[in-house]
Amino acid sequence: MAVTPAINDAPSQDDLSRCVHCGFCLQECPTYLQLGIETDSPRGRIHLLRAITDGNVEATPALTSHLDLCLQCRACETACPSGVPFGRIMESGRAMILQQGAAPRSWRLRAWLLRQTLPYPKRLRLLFNLLRLYQRSGLQRLLRASRLLRMLPGGLSEAEEKLPHLPSTSYEMKSDGLPPSASAKKVALLTGCVMPHLYPRTHEATVRVLARQGVEVVDVAEQRCCGALSVHAGDRTTGRALARRNIDAFLQAGIDAVVVNSAGCGATLTEYGELLEQDDAYADKARRFSELVTDVNEFVIDVGGQAPQVALDIRVTYQDSCHLVHGQKVRNSPRQLLASIPGLELVEMETPDRCCGSAGIYSLAQQEMSMNVLDDKMRDVAATEAPVIATANPGCMMQLEAGLRRHGLKGRVAHVIELLDEAYQAEEDTN
Amino acid sequence: MSSSGLPGVAVVQCHPDMSAAKPDTRSLDKGTIRLLERAVGKNAVLWRPEEVLAFEYDGTIERAMPQAVAFPDSAEQVAAVVGIALDAGLPVVPRGAGTGLSGGAVAALGGVVVALTRMKRILEIDAEDQLAVVEPGVVNLDLSKAAAPHGLYFAPDPSSQRACTLGGNVAENAGGPHCLAYGVTTNHVIGLEVVTPAGDIVEFGGRTSDTPGYDLRGLFVGSEGTLGIATKITLRLLRRPEATRTLLAIFDSVDQASAAVSAIIGGGIVPSALEMIDHHVISAVVQAMDVGYPADAGAVLLIEVDGLLDAVAEQALEMRDVCLAEGAREVRQADEAAEREKLWAGRKGAISALGRLAPNYYVLDGVVPRTKLPAVLRDIYRLGEEYGFPIANVFHAGDGNLHPNVLFDERKPGETQRVLEVGAAIMRLCVDAGGTITGEHGVGLEKRGYMDWIFSEEDIAAMAKVKAAFGSTDLYNPCKMFPTGKGCGEVSQAKIEHVMKQAGPDAYI
Repeated sequence: MAVTPAINDAPSQDDLSRCVHCGFCLQECPTYLQLGIETDSPRGRIHLLRAITDGNVEATPALTSHLDLCLQCRACETACPSGVPFGRIMESGRAMILQQGAAPRSWRLRAWLLRQTLPYPKRLRLLFNLLRLYQRSGLQRLLRASRLLRMLPGGLSEAEEKLPHLPSTSYEMKSDGLPPSASAKKVALLTGCVMPHLYPRTHEATVRVLARQGVEVVDVAEQRCCGALSVHAGDRTTGRALARRNIDAFLQAGIDAVVVNSAGCGATLTEYGELLEQDDAYADKARRFSELVTDVNEFVIDVGGQAPQVALDIRVTYQDSCHLVHGQKVRNSPRQLLASIPGLELVEMETPDRCCGSAGIYSLAQQEMSMNVLDDKMRDVAATEAPVIATANPGCMMQLEAGLRRHGLKGRVAHVIELLDEAYQAEEDTN
Repeated sequence: MSSSGLPGVAVVQCHPDMSAAKPDTRSLDKGTIRLLERAVGKNAVLWRPEEVLAFEYDGTIERAMPQAVAFPDSAEQVAAVVGIALDAGLPVVPRGAGTGLSGGAVAALGGVVVALTRMKRILEIDAEDQLAVVEPGVVNLDLSKAAAPHGLYFAPDPSSQRACTLGGNVAENAGGPHCLAYGVTTNHVIGLEVVTPAGDIVEFGGRTSDTPGYDLRGLFVGSEGTLGIATKITLRLLRRPEATRTLLAIFDSVDQASAAVSAIIGGGIVPSALEMIDHHVISAVVQAMDVGYPADAGAVLLIEVDGLLDAVAEQALEMRDVCLAEGAREVRQADEAAEREKLWAGRKGAISALGRLAPNYYVLDGVVPRTKLPAVLRDIYRLGEEYGFPIANVFHAGDGNLHPNVLFDERKPGETQRVLEVGAAIMRLCVDAGGTITGEHGVGLEKRGYMDWIFSEEDIAAMAKVKAAFGSTDLYNPCKMFPTGKGCGEVSQAKIEHVMKQAGPDAYI
């Protein structure tokens, strides 16, 4: 990666002082709801970060454990009347602690692992090929049956349980096959780091749905991981390097929009402007780029979103992806798309905008809390008696699929766009 | 102690340095920590300074670090924690969600905070007798949500109802917009299970609206955590009214809006809520959320009536006419639940939204006779100009309960002190107008210095006797409600240090 200017990360005093500690965030915070402890609430975490920023306390393991437990779901941002940018405070706070060298080893190890894998498509491909081999060779079945997995340390066995069944082939970037037209909108799809391997079907559905709207999808081969996971883990340096690369790649493509079907990535891409505001060479470009970024649900609605004509008789409940509803403030578009499908019955669960506990690599790093949050979510899902959970982010899809298995529930998880695609397909089959 | 420069105004601070988030260096001795952990569990005690730091505040500007925080899960555990702390010579401070607005949950002299957030079970909803039995950590709004399937709700609705706990509501005798018609918390509490400062578990009141003998329930509600800790609360639930109408009356000036308030109440209608929001607050709310408040209004009134469908429709029309006659430029009406909720979201989030106008605000809570509203408000704005602070007003106009919010920046040297001074001056205005120093937030740490404006020494001595009768000692929630030196239970720093030293140097962690 290119040498980059050093930027000292720390929560800004302006951001920190916006918090008037009124407590309106408390009941929206999944970890506070579980534990009832101020240190594990947004308001408490801001107070702790403020004390570190002011040099009044050190980032001891006891203190960082509370920061670690934060899902970064940003539900507190939606709840906050004062507009405290919590996500930014937590990201830059973690970055500050890493830069000060005070971070626990687990933080440094996590940042290193992400840095060594996510930016490199070839390494990721190798990793997923190995995992695929593990699943298909019968080794997984053997190990699971032998219970040897339970002897794995550090929650690795739970992580293994969460791994979805990998599809036989990964997604290959392609255009949507529409003949180029001067009048059509030209967009690129952010393919992301792990999504081509975990959920190629979502990408394929997205390209078909975009084509159906008459939108031209172009291939931007130079794109890389958006950097969200690194940024969340406090490694903003890696995040910035990836941001610069993506900005160059997409801006050169001369497109009208960067369409994103992963809410977590989308939130990060729309915030490249902030991430690079101290980088003179990229600040302007980053802002321009961020304006091009749009979530696929929003995009389809914006271009007129053709309603499918054939009924899809299913009962669906929608789980808001945190980084869509809280990070990007997109609440209605996915619901509108679902409602546009004839025959589809949308049943709202209790608190659909509360995190499912996935939160990127949180579900691996904080197994216990992730599972407690998931269990509450699955109870709400079960109460709807909907066999289909729609959502808008691959992390949520993986977590909810694990939730179905864990609770012995019959059903499936699908991206909103996949359901729209199914309806379009059904229409084509009828015709 | 410092003088505000105004005659008769003394600003009392328990903790002199309220702006710095510096952790207290006093640590608890190992033995006490072990005892607490044995009582409530290892995962239910915090004692490291960098953790208890998050318990040094509530919703206002007072700050002080406790030495430990315990999270009991039953009345027995509460009693055990209280006993351990008092035996170790440490102050005891009860705490709910920490959304209070008078410093009531701030550990003014350190000690052990008894956090009740894990006791959050709704034990019973009796739809036929219209009552609920809850633990103190249940969130106010959660009770109404749980009662909703029965067509019932809990009437007191503080703005922080999404977060504040019923235990805290009982301690502060909390109010809310709808208390104009339905009364404050005390009117809705019928029974209590209390852990007394002596560690006994006792019951006050019961499941019926009146019980013979002294009304100890009434005495306990609003006692601000100085007489014990409620561990079970029996509450009255109300039936949802058949119809509700909400009006948003838009005025060019606060004066006009105040006149309309007097005219509505004087005209014999008692709305269920009558709230005023001034232009400063409106500007914060419109930045925070899209609730339809006009950005250029001088003030708005949010008025609600509820009851039988026909009566409500008629009252709404009458109030609309009164507002227009008093100079309202527009009166909007919301009939649907979603529209009404939107209007209320603006009001309920109003004070918290002030963070958009300034890094800090100091929210005051005074009461004046309704007829004095226009004059007192004018004086409050004038004081703001004199001191150089914008003062944003949002309040329960119907019962003359003012909430001036002084906007400031604690990072500017000396600003916090001057804000406390202007706060004291505003309180003085309320008292001089025939009002009082708190309507619903409590006296707490913040306003105990003003108690002797209202009460004689004999009055306060009588209150101290009540406190003693409950077995409350010097260590029990010190620095709350009572003015310094008048039975407030001050514990000197020297005494705390003496206790700590007794444990010996090896005891420090």
